[in-house]
Amino acid sequence: MSQGIVSVAYIGATIFFILALGGLSTQETSRRGNLFGMLGMGLALIATLTGIVTGHYVIVFGGLLIGGTIGLILAKKVAMTQMPELVAILHSLVGLAAVLVGFANFMDHSTALSGAERTIHDVETYLGVLIGALTFSGSVVAFLKLSARISGKPLLLPMRHWLNLILLLLAIWLCMIFVSQSAAGGGTLALLVMTIIALLFGVHMVMAIGGADMPVVISMLNSYSGWAAAATGFMLSNDLLIVVGALVGSSGAILSYIMCRAMNRNFISVIAGGFGTAGGETLAGDEAEAGEVIAVEAAEVAELLLDAREVMIIPGYGMAVAQAQHVVNDITRKLRDKKINVRFGIHPVAGRMPGHMNVLLAEAKVPYDIVFELDEINDDFPHVDVSVVIGANDIVNPAAQEVPDSPIAGMPVLECWKGRTTVVLKRSMATGYAGVSNPLFYKENTRMLFGDARESLTEVLKQLD
Amino acid sequence: MKIGVPREIHEGERRVATTPDAARLIQKLGFQVAVESGAGAAAKFTDEAYREAGVEVIEDAAGLYEQSDVILKVRAPRIGADADNELELLRPGQVLISFIQPAQNEELMKQMSEKKLSVLAMDSIPRISRAQKMDALSSMANIAGYRAVVEAAQHFGRFFTGQITAAGKIPPAKVLVIGAGVAGLSAIGAAKSMGAIVRAFDTRPEVKEQVESMDGEFLMLDFPGEDGSGTGGYAKVMSDEFIQAEMALFAEQAREVDIIITTALIPGRPAPELITEEMVASMQEGSVIVDLAAEMGGNCKLSEADRVVVKHGVTIIGYTDLPSRLATQSSQLYANNLRHLLNDLTPEKDGSIVIDMDDEIIRGATVIKDGEITWPPPAPKLSAAPKKELAPKPVEAPEQKKKGRGTLLTIVIGALVMLWLGSVAPPSFMSHFTVFVLACFVGYMVIWNVTPSLHTPLMSVTNAISSIIIIGALLQISSSSWLIALLAGFSILITSINIFGGFAVTQRMLSMFRK
Repeated sequence: MSQGIVSVAYIGATIFFILALGGLSTQETSRRGNLFGMLGMGLALIATLTGIVTGHYVIVFGGLLIGGTIGLILAKKVAMTQMPELVAILHSLVGLAAVLVGFANFMDHSTALSGAERTIHDVETYLGVLIGALTFSGSVVAFLKLSARISGKPLLLPMRHWLNLILLLLAIWLCMIFVSQSAAGGGTLALLVMTIIALLFGVHMVMAIGGADMPVVISMLNSYSGWAAAATGFMLSNDLLIVVGALVGSSGAILSYIMCRAMNRNFISVIAGGFGTAGGETLAGDEAEAGEVIAVEAAEVAELLLDAREVMIIPGYGMAVAQAQHVVNDITRKLRDKKINVRFGIHPVAGRMPGHMNVLLAEAKVPYDIVFELDEINDDFPHVDVSVVIGANDIVNPAAQEVPDSPIAGMPVLECWKGRTTVVLKRSMATGYAGVSNPLFYKENTRMLFGDARESLTEVLKQLD
Repeated sequence: MKIGVPREIHEGERRVATTPDAARLIQKLGFQVAVESGAGAAAKFTDEAYREAGVEVIEDAAGLYEQSDVILKVRAPRIGADADNELELLRPGQVLISFIQPAQNEELMKQMSEKKLSVLAMDSIPRISRAQKMDALSSMANIAGYRAVVEAAQHFGRFFTGQITAAGKIPPAKVLVIGAGVAGLSAIGAAKSMGAIVRAFDTRPEVKEQVESMDGEFLMLDFPGEDGSGTGGYAKVMSDEFIQAEMALFAEQAREVDIIITTALIPGRPAPELITEEMVASMQEGSVIVDLAAEMGGNCKLSEADRVVVKHGVTIIGYTDLPSRLATQSSQLYANNLRHLLNDLTPEKDGSIVIDMDDEIIRGATVIKDGEITWPPPAPKLSAAPKKELAPKPVEAPEQKKKGRGTLLTIVIGALVMLWLGSVAPPSFMSHFTVFVLACFVGYMVIWNVTPSLHTPLMSVTNAISSIIIIGALLQISSSSWLIALLAGFSILITSINIFGGFAVTQRMLSMFRK
């Protein structure tokens, strides 16, 4: 196949990829969108295999077969609550691939370049490896944090900002050394040292970020994996990689931006790390004054629900942890059969990755047309009879609006306290990830149902008959 | 310990201090419960229902008082020379929990103290948020407010709700509620849900929000600098100028509205007179006034306690027993209030009462302890009224300005970098760069359209397609160097995990989204 036909195939693949992302704009078209994505990938693979690859077919097909099998098994086995972990580990693979391809390209001296082109090519290689290594180690740490293999608490080294700065300067300095040595045929050492620095930097960056900021980290790593692909594309002068990398990179960047906005936090301050470091002390003074919480039994919650006309369910990460989404759906169905209008209010940062709650609810077969976003639903709370908060804390914290010096001041929150009654399901009175005490629990119209969310809700479900 | 609930003997009193449901829960605290036969009859709770709940039914009051350690009542015990003296039946050392009104009943207090009783007054429970579940005054006020609207409807000759019928248009009734406390808010809610136009007035400006939350219209008095909030969530006495302005407002409203419900009370004082005779006269024929303050002298000059009178063509209702007129409901709520108090009184849940004078609520409620009068209690520390809203974040404005400047700076620096790049880079790079920038913009446009509920599938699908980096590995796989081929081969392996895994899991997720 000629180079021209391969290029045409690449253009086709590019269009398919754009259509794939466009398809996700509504649920109806999303499945078709995914199909377009697969078509694009298939087209690109076939064109490359037939048009460019000339040998080592055994390795190619062996790799595809083994990798594909592992991938399919992973996709089949993963529980929806573990999606954030899966996405994190898959990101790390893209990063690793970018590093490997970068190194392979560096070692391949078949294309001879000189002058400015040579410099630019070297810088591209360098950047590709750098971003790839960063994505790889960062994603691995994120995976470990999300799967609770290491603590989710931010690890804050002393002088960490200076440390980051030194690492950055070191990376730039090594880049200059690499470029000058590479022109003379060397540079392997500089590239290796930089890779190690980038790996360390990735680890350090994600270690410093707390649990509640995980959605930002995941989308940021998503973005990085895109930029890594784009940098590799520049290195190989391959427009398909550049386009796809740019698409993915901007997608991740926009998601990060949406997540940051939903927490009213600056992107830089999230990356700089540590929710609950600046103003993390719980506001003990307020708490003492706030009074006591009113605990209720499951039976009373069931009665409240049966007497309601409008019910709003606000899920948080606690629902995912307790695997309560199926019980939630059973309750929802039962109430809807009794003509009680049950809806779901989802905060953008509920859970550990963007859209996490939607996927969990979809898994439990909650119809998506009763699941609403913060902006769509926040004005409706005055007409809601019962809001049920399941394992969420910071996203329903009135302190964000009422206490100007609260660490979460200005963060958009679901205003459930404006409804008639709020039922909060919680294990204990511990604070959320932001370490801020929640005045919602002390409001007169709030009832607390303590215990494991799934067990509590199962009990409520029983009482609904 | 045994808890005894006698039948209320006060004339017209239909309430009872416990219900079968509440008794069940009280027994869980370790108590035995007994009721006098027929105690719940007027509130529609039969002896049979009590027995089913495990409650002992005792035929006569004397036997009940004799056997019980704790007596739960609604009304204060009756004293005096007649045969109905309830105090006679109480034994020294017994605990009595009921409404007492210690300020108005000095003689009763004295006699109870002589009898060495311990008495907890439900009307003396402090109005702090922790005590809301046992605040019987609020429960009763809530019922009184509702019932006031029902009584008004009974005597009002028209619909509350406006209608357009084939026979002609019916205007909605206009209701004015004076005093937006618990009773006032309840009346607003009831009148509103019957379809009336509801206005409300209160001297405490902070209740405006509560009135508006019930869809009522809050009448503002254009009078600067005076706030009628007293301690404990009640109103206080206002200045003369304020009262004049207030009266002018009422006079104006009286000509307009059909129904006036007054609930204005200041603790320990006669009710303020708000509706004068001229105002009543200025109201339309057939209008109704319900005076919830009739017992304390009335907010309306012409109202008479416990009676319905018609003056100047206006029906004036002065019932003082509105909660008792909704006996089943008020018994349920009162019984629950008592149950919550008992819950706090038995910390060990072993059926024995501990009167802990360090507990703010129990301290407030206890008016006599072992014969010693402990009323009035020290002033409560907290006000039930919500605190003033904190000024909403004034920090935002300057921050935005800074942000604007930051964006400008970024754009300028970005443009300079681009120009520099253009001046040094070879054309082959610039063509790729063009593609890159355009792709970024396409990505930007496309991604903003993605619905937030699909963000997780978006991430997994972008993850899958970012494995297009496999092309890079495929470009290198045919290299003659084994090392490069191996590296590329490994890249192919891991990226294909990503490709297949990413697309498959996306497909799995998307197929779950269902209407």
